[in-house]
Amino acid sequence: MTTSTMGEMARPYLAAFRARFQLMLQYRTAALMGFATQCWWGAIRIMVFAAFYGVHAAAAPISLADAVTYVWLGQALLALLPWVADPEIGHAVRTGGVGYDRLRPVDAYGYWYARTLGWMIARAVPRAALMLLAAGIVLPLVGLEAWAWRPPSGLEAALLFVPAYVLMTALGAAVLMLANVIVAASLNERGVNAILTPLVIVFSGSLLPLDFFPDALRPFLHVQPFAGLVDIPFRIYFADLKGAAALQGLALQAGWTFVLVAFGRLAMERMMRRLEMQGG
Amino acid sequence: MNGPLNSLALYGRYVATSLRAQAQYPAATLMLTAGHFAATAIEFLGVFALFNRFGAVGGWSFGEAALFYALVNIMFALADLLTRGFDVFGTDFVRTGNFDRLLLRPRSTVLQLIGHEVRLSRLGRLLQAFAVLVLATHLVPIAWDAASIALALWAVAGGVALFAGILVLQATLAFWTVESLEIVNVLTYGGVQAAQYPLNIYAAWFRRLLTFGVPLACVAYYPVVAILKRPDPLGAPDWLLPLTPLAGFAFLALSFLAWRAGLAHYASTGS
Repeated sequence: MTTSTMGEMARPYLAAFRARFQLMLQYRTAALMGFATQCWWGAIRIMVFAAFYGVHAAAAPISLADAVTYVWLGQALLALLPWVADPEIGHAVRTGGVGYDRLRPVDAYGYWYARTLGWMIARAVPRAALMLLAAGIVLPLVGLEAWAWRPPSGLEAALLFVPAYVLMTALGAAVLMLANVIVAASLNERGVNAILTPLVIVFSGSLLPLDFFPDALRPFLHVQPFAGLVDIPFRIYFADLKGAAALQGLALQAGWTFVLVAFGRLAMERMMRRLEMQGG
Repeated sequence: MNGPLNSLALYGRYVATSLRAQAQYPAATLMLTAGHFAATAIEFLGVFALFNRFGAVGGWSFGEAALFYALVNIMFALADLLTRGFDVFGTDFVRTGNFDRLLLRPRSTVLQLIGHEVRLSRLGRLLQAFAVLVLATHLVPIAWDAASIALALWAVAGGVALFAGILVLQATLAFWTVESLEIVNVLTYGGVQAAQYPLNIYAAWFRRLLTFGVPLACVAYYPVVAILKRPDPLGAPDWLLPLTPLAGFAFLALSFLAWRAGLAHYASTGS
């Protein structure tokens, strides 16, 4: 296959991604509000960490500086976390708009995946940029280096974080696609979100870095799919995972992405065959 | 005819209607409640994991910290249950022009908004908070005598007033912004997040903000210290501790003053 036909084939998906991305970027007030909320949240998290580290820093699996970076990074990229199903999918299914999607001569899974990806990334980009400015640049400038978001720990960590970041996004969209399929089948997103949100927040490491949970749980926590959403990429960022361990982390992210995409495709095919049109 | 008894009866009918509506969908209501339970209980998992790894913080054991967590969650759950109308005021009432209808009715707008919807799913947070309260009682252990029960109820009342006050302020802002500003979540959800740990673990500027700005410490820290019968590590005198929840009521009163100013400013968006 030549590159031009490849480009031709990817075009509808890129267009779907771009349309959604540009639309979501319009919500500037929402982005500002989200940013302000996340600053506050991050500050509380960090103060709690600082209090506990003050008592017994030796018990912590990572240094306080790394924990602070972990918090800011997590707040900046919060919108990439697949904790609520894409609201547009539920809407399309309830109104019958999904009928148009069925008529398009594109792969249905790929089309939704591209749109969900655009939705996630467009919400994440402005918030991440503002957070980087505030926690990465302003905090050190005003003399609060100890509480700042630090750059990656060395060149190797920075280079490894690039694929880790790409994979955390791809994995997040794959998880969301599963949620989207369940929403489409059940016509109800509140139930799906009620289960998805706590699962993702705890097991991704968004609530706490996974190594803060009791040591006995580590073998399980480190191999489950959600670890690739926050814990693995962030630990690669500050070189808590390096060398072979980092590569293993990347492999875990890629493996789970592959499994969840395959499973999502299967589930979507079955759902689409039984889908009943709503609206009229 | 517009006396307090009549208002109370009317409020009762609002609640009954709302509950009946939710009872039509028992499975959905149960599921949402369970979801709310899980979504709020994970915060406690975080508290547990930190205490489990680091041990006591700020002089407080895990059991004692659990009491702080339980009470602030009970306060917020009750306030959240009672003030849904204020929470969605900007989006559902101002922007749509629906508020005009409320103004036409010969009853206070506050009563109508309080009665707007009583969401049973909010019992999820209340349930997990009570579960944590039982756990704290066993771990510390707390001997609940009449005085400490009264103090807890008094603190919870003050806390409900404070959170309700924050939500009334959020609604008041909507008179100008025509939207429910989610930024207020930093005071409600963010306030719960902050106050579920004992206040003395925080930096001084943050403690001052939570005492004199938004007086969360007055409802969720000082009275709890008194219930635990401990001297305040921050040095507040013992006699002052049980009086602090008054600040919650003062905050609510100020919020209603702002609400009345907003009401005078209101211009309908309806067509």
